[in-house]
Amino acid sequence: MNTVTRKGIILEINGPIVTIQLPGVHNGEQVRIGSLGLYGEVIALEGDSAIVQIYESTEMVRPGEPVEGLGHPLSVELGPGLIGGIFDGVQRPLEEMFLKAGDQIPRGLSPAPLDREKLWHFVPTENLEPNMPIIGGARLGTVQETETVEHRILVPPDIEGELIELAPEGDYNLEETIGQVRDRHGHVHHLKLHHRWPVRKPRPYQSRDNGIEPLITGQRILDTFFPLLKGSKCAVPGPFGAGKTVVQHQVARWANADIVIYVGCGERGNELVDVLDSFPKLKDPYTGRPLMDRTLLIANTSNMPVVAREASIYVGITLAEYYRDQGYDVVMLADSTSRWAEALREVSGRLGQMPVEEGYPAYLASRLAAFYERAGRVETMDNGKGSVTLIGAVSPPGGDFSEPVTSHTKEIIQTFWALSKELADARHYPAIDWVDSFSADVGTAAEWWHENIDRGWEKRRGQALAMLARDAELSRIVNLVGPEALSSAQRWVLEGAALIKDGVLQQSALDPVDTFSSPEKQFLLLDLILSVYDEGAALIELGVPVQELSEMPVLARLRRCKELYNSSQIDQLREFREEALQDFKAIHSEYAQRGEQTA
Amino acid sequence: MSAKEYRTASAARGGLLTVSNVPNIAFGDRVRIRDQKGNTRNGQVILSSNEEVLIQVFEGTEDLDMENTWVRFLDEPVEITLSPEILGRVFNGLGEPRDFRPPIVSNLRRSISAAAFNPAARTYPKEFIQTGVSTIDGLNSLVRGQKLPIFSASGLPHNRLAAQIVRQAKLPDDDSRFSVVFAAMGVSYADARFFQEEFASSGVLGNVVMFVNMADDPPVERLTLPRMALTAAEYLAFDLDRHVLVVMTDMTHYAEALREVATAKGDVPARKGYPGYLYSDLAEIYERSGRIKDRHGSITLVPVLSMPSDDITHPIPDLTGYITEGQIVLSRELHNQGIYPPVHISPSLSRLMKDGIGKDFTREDHPHVSNQLYALYARALETRNLASIIGADELSARDRRYLEFADAFESRFVQQGEDEDRSIEETLNLAWDLLSTFPPQALTRVTETEMAKYHRQSGE
Repeated sequence: MNTVTRKGIILEINGPIVTIQLPGVHNGEQVRIGSLGLYGEVIALEGDSAIVQIYESTEMVRPGEPVEGLGHPLSVELGPGLIGGIFDGVQRPLEEMFLKAGDQIPRGLSPAPLDREKLWHFVPTENLEPNMPIIGGARLGTVQETETVEHRILVPPDIEGELIELAPEGDYNLEETIGQVRDRHGHVHHLKLHHRWPVRKPRPYQSRDNGIEPLITGQRILDTFFPLLKGSKCAVPGPFGAGKTVVQHQVARWANADIVIYVGCGERGNELVDVLDSFPKLKDPYTGRPLMDRTLLIANTSNMPVVAREASIYVGITLAEYYRDQGYDVVMLADSTSRWAEALREVSGRLGQMPVEEGYPAYLASRLAAFYERAGRVETMDNGKGSVTLIGAVSPPGGDFSEPVTSHTKEIIQTFWALSKELADARHYPAIDWVDSFSADVGTAAEWWHENIDRGWEKRRGQALAMLARDAELSRIVNLVGPEALSSAQRWVLEGAALIKDGVLQQSALDPVDTFSSPEKQFLLLDLILSVYDEGAALIELGVPVQELSEMPVLARLRRCKELYNSSQIDQLREFREEALQDFKAIHSEYAQRGEQTA
Repeated sequence: MSAKEYRTASAARGGLLTVSNVPNIAFGDRVRIRDQKGNTRNGQVILSSNEEVLIQVFEGTEDLDMENTWVRFLDEPVEITLSPEILGRVFNGLGEPRDFRPPIVSNLRRSISAAAFNPAARTYPKEFIQTGVSTIDGLNSLVRGQKLPIFSASGLPHNRLAAQIVRQAKLPDDDSRFSVVFAAMGVSYADARFFQEEFASSGVLGNVVMFVNMADDPPVERLTLPRMALTAAEYLAFDLDRHVLVVMTDMTHYAEALREVATAKGDVPARKGYPGYLYSDLAEIYERSGRIKDRHGSITLVPVLSMPSDDITHPIPDLTGYITEGQIVLSRELHNQGIYPPVHISPSLSRLMKDGIGKDFTREDHPHVSNQLYALYARALETRNLASIIGADELSARDRRYLEFADAFESRFVQQGEDEDRSIEETLNLAWDLLSTFPPQALTRVTETEMAKYHRQSGE
């Protein structure tokens, strides 16, 4: 890497876009401008001058001030110490900045993202010996990063050659050399516990793999109805107030991923504080350890400089790829990709580029596609398996899903969790619309469910969705002519759909029991409600009035099952199932008898 | 401060003035302009290069004559002078007094475009504020440090509601009142006077800082006004340890002023002619509310905005809703029925409510009661729709109960007097009065224990 810095001057300042004169600067290169040394990135070259986007406020910067080229593109530091941290959109450590500089984020300050002093206990990989050939991405050893996460120290992907030295087990800080590799040009690279990687360049892998198992989020409507595979990509669009953030937080809390990276991109400061406050107290349902032990936050709140917002998404995905390369299943949540697109729009507007739709530049679709394509399940350079699952929130203006960001995103993703204002207004949470949402991965997910939970999964799921569709149809009739126009069987369909909505689809993020549903509980609840519906439908055939069925006390209890039995009380739930079905059998025999008497 | 005056103005368009060949002028620098009559105007640099400097002129560029315009660059950002003396005073969008009293004298001057708060420095807002308004306290609770806008429309009583909140807001077991920062942008004389009299008659005037820009004042000044007001609020909250309630009205006028300037600058428009950066710009304002670690004070923000043609999907309410922590939506339909405050609860929301209510904060049943009222009212509105088509007589007894609930909810729970200050206890008891018209099995969102304690069984 070229470390020679070049000097130049500022020519013009137009908000976050600054024109500089710096001969020899590269497109994409990092620069520091002005006497404060504000960080920026070259986004266009014009002869001797270059256009730079600045990650910080340019107030009181003037033409003629000095500029320095740093000789490398925007990159992140990758190494132990990332997990549990909170970084801004260009990976500055916010906790440390708070201690150093107080309540507000000062300009020109950029402490190293990772702690340089801290010692990590390094255990070298067995069977690795000097003089062996070694490739980029190979595992040199491990350090225990948190109690949950074993951090695997990798050879940087762009280094390959002969291992000439590997440090013995022991405590090292980030700056100490733990290995040396001689590349084929004879150049010796000193490897450390960390390395840097440019954020706009996807990290390499051996090959892409198909997704094979669903990401379990513990949210019934997601797992059971619109499954998302590990390594897949998903969008969560919704107008404000529909609960996008709660859905994202729930996934961050309960997903069965190894690492969760949450990128707050142009969103509310208090929401990130909520995560910072609550995650250390919450336990990972799979390991029992605090959730913060597997979580990493990137925060570019809506009032932080807009250009850093554009970068934050790339910083997040690069960190995700890094843990993927270690063989982990990573979930990255980006809230919200619309704010990222708006940052693109703002920069392109200031550059005077021709807008196409709603002021967005023509390259919006290709940038979105390229970003989402960085998700995937791969065979790593180290012959392991890892995945990055990407879940992007979309904030369509006015809740209009036909706007450019939502519509372009929809073309790229596999799973679509559409949030609805109507459901949210009726406080039906999560307000995920079962008509607009879709998952292209139901077939693959079904294989997993059938093997691990129950062979009836796909059938039951289909029945429930069919009943909900029927419900929508019948509700339209009711709204036109009133419920009296329906037959008893049709009114029982409405009741059945209501049971599914109350007992399965609605799930409270605040209720300590209901907030997480294991796949087994999910299936049992759905199966129970559908069985009750089937029993009832049979009774209606026998002439039992629908009124009598609707008023059965067992239905009220059925609606509460989700919060009465937690995911480990599966046996009790099965017992309740027997009781509930017994109630129906009792009515059945009563009516069957009556039928015989009258016959 | 530079004493040098430039006479190289080369263009004036809208609120923008171009000055040529002035070297090394800082971006964001404050500018003083002297026109041919010797009057001064104020401005700020919004683009700077050695060939050309673009200045946004707060008072507009009308009547400027390029030959006789002198421009002085003050070499300082736009600032506000601060001292405890600001309480009880009235300022314009540039921080100059408009109450015919002398300017504030103090060494403390702060740039109005403060750096963003570090998220790591924030603490999560949790303390319930009792506003005495049932629809807010019971269903969309406000907490200290929250930003909760009122979405209104022309002709609706948003000002009266804002004034009632200012008058009544307090913590339940604490008598200390809020300091108030009031920012008015593009308001009419009638509205400005209403607030002034309101503050005077409730005896809080000495605890209020007002920033006022009238409808006929220069629109460009509306861009600095909320930033002046929030810088003052930050001073009161984090330097003087006060709890500050900031009321801003009307954010729609602010956004329109932003559009006016953006258009003059030639910025690429996004939706309805508003610039693409409207979101970031509004966020810079709204995100200045909150609580900070180890600081006693707080900033609670209640912006008021009118939805153009009652359209909640218009960019201004839409982008606001994406930034703020909920919204209180007023309804013309309720207003026309004579219901005050006409809060339409369905689209209203408080995002920070969940952590500020319940046991230890308000009452243990509060979260469930709120949820239950929402669910019943949603169902009741559907029933009301149905009744309007097939007639109320055709409804089942169960549906008629919902219909009656909708009416009772609106006339007893939503409706209240402008001076009626209901405690949270009263609000919740009133809610149970309404819930008790339903048999216990119809109430699935409240727990069985709560039912036993509060349900009055009157439905039996």
